[in-house]
Amino acid sequence: MSSAATKAAQPTTPAQPAAGAGLPPDGGGLPPEGTGRAAADYSSYRVVAAKHPWRWVGTAAVALGVLAVAWSLATNPRWEWDVVAQWFTAQSVVNGLVETLKLTAISGILGFVLGFILALMRLSASPLLVSVSWTFSWIFRSTPLLVQLLLWYNLGYLYEKISLGIPFTDVRFFEVQTTTLISQFAAAVLGLTLNQAAYSAEIIRGGILSVDQGQLEAAAALGIPAWRRSTRIVLPQAMRAILPTAFNEIIGLVKGTSIVYVLAYSELFYTVQVIYNRTQQVLPLLLVATLWYVVITSVLSVFQYYIERHYSKGAVRNLPLTPLQKARKFFATHAVTNRKSL
Amino acid sequence: MTATLSAPATRGLVQITGVRKSFGPTEVLKGVSLTVEPGGVAVIVGPSGSGKSTLLRTINHLEKVDGGHISIDGKLVGYEVRGQKLHELREKDILKQRTEIGMVFQNFNLFPHLTALENVAEAPVVAQGRSKEEARRRGLELLDRVGLKDRADAYPRQLSGGQQQRVAIARALALDPKILLFDEPTSALDPELVNEVLDVIRELAKSGTTLIIVTHEMGFARDVADTVVFMDQGQIVEQGTPQQIFTNPQEPRTRSFFSKVLEPAFNI
Repeated sequence: MSSAATKAAQPTTPAQPAAGAGLPPDGGGLPPEGTGRAAADYSSYRVVAAKHPWRWVGTAAVALGVLAVAWSLATNPRWEWDVVAQWFTAQSVVNGLVETLKLTAISGILGFVLGFILALMRLSASPLLVSVSWTFSWIFRSTPLLVQLLLWYNLGYLYEKISLGIPFTDVRFFEVQTTTLISQFAAAVLGLTLNQAAYSAEIIRGGILSVDQGQLEAAAALGIPAWRRSTRIVLPQAMRAILPTAFNEIIGLVKGTSIVYVLAYSELFYTVQVIYNRTQQVLPLLLVATLWYVVITSVLSVFQYYIERHYSKGAVRNLPLTPLQKARKFFATHAVTNRKSL
Repeated sequence: MTATLSAPATRGLVQITGVRKSFGPTEVLKGVSLTVEPGGVAVIVGPSGSGKSTLLRTINHLEKVDGGHISIDGKLVGYEVRGQKLHELREKDILKQRTEIGMVFQNFNLFPHLTALENVAEAPVVAQGRSKEEARRRGLELLDRVGLKDRADAYPRQLSGGQQQRVAIARALALDPKILLFDEPTSALDPELVNEVLDVIRELAKSGTTLIIVTHEMGFARDVADTVVFMDQGQIVEQGTPQQIFTNPQEPRTRSFFSKVLEPAFNI
């Protein structure tokens, strides 16, 4: 610091003749006494940004840590990156990935649709609908998903045949063996969907409750029909509260599908397990699965950003720039300054 | 009827007879009766908690009455007479009745995710089955009428309070209602924005639409009303022309209220 201090004591730039004329030779900021009350003119001064030494120290320390981690990941041969690369796009792994995506999409969509219905039931005026919806959420939220999956898969043990007919009569439209109806896939979808519905019902109900009561009153006063009131007025506003938590749930579901390995259903995680049981390359193959989950989550996060942005229409005075727009703006302004400095 | 009326109004007769309403153990309306002539302008004043807003909300059936009845142009609100029985109307029919009664709220209640024009053009399409094009054109006309044509594509949060309330008035007008209800339309506004809203309502008062206004703006009430109604504790204490009510109130409760709300400088 001492050398910097001595440097700073000397005038670094020669004062411009026009502005410097009235100033004392040491270049001090105060205008000379003689100028009286007239406001000092600082227009020709150069602005020196405040210095943040600790910010630099912190940045350097963290950068060092990041480098160290990256170095060890790259150089430690036990991560076996070549094995990861070899299996990352292998046919069996990709097939497992497709199954994972299929399970997520089907149970995600069905779960949220059922959750929406459950939320409406819970908010309805009928005490029966309210209590059925409440009980559904209560049961499915208070039992482990693992148990639910095993239960669905073993439904054939509890009920040998499943039939569709009119309750309390002998009328039967059709009848099947439970074990033929409930495959691994059906049990997985059933378990994940019903569990997801219980959680999403609460998320959607919370979103609907967050919309101001005045909005419903205004819509009713304008004679807007009930269905339109929900879809056009309430839901778009509820979406702002629903989306962040809903995406949390979907991302949770992506990884949550790995639990169906207990049904020996060949989704991503089960596939990887089968492979490493054979090849004994446990860590690299777990890494393969992990990297795919990271990829899916990253893609979902991008979707989340843009969908949330869409629904923030009118909620903020001006929409914030998207990362793309920000980048474009950055390059546009910097291109200009570069041109100026040249 | 006022002399300012351009054409004699034939629709929008409001008859309120013995209306009672309770919230839990509290009786908010204790048998209120009031008639507003077609094209008339009734201003309801009174202390807070006197039941003014509740009375207003019973007129378009946002609050169901516990007793008494309300009719518009001789047709009951919320019920249908069949033989000797009053049948409660179904949601669909109540919504249809409401399209004849516009309402402007204290907190505007504009739909924040829709632009000013979308706010105005929504109800005519879904409640009256007009074409989108027609609703849009009429919406722009109405926004022009309240002086906001150039803000048609702005979202409510990009507008000032006064502008939002003017959009809300345009939205209520879009259904061509017989009656307009104003529930303290300027109470949520900064003082300098109050007049732009009151000016729009003054214009409406000349149009032949029946107006029922709950307000605390006494100067405006005196200007615009042909009937001033003073309510206290769920009852109408006194009603009459602005001249009678403001300069020569008969009831001690009316006198005591005005002595509190009217500033000494207020010239009556």
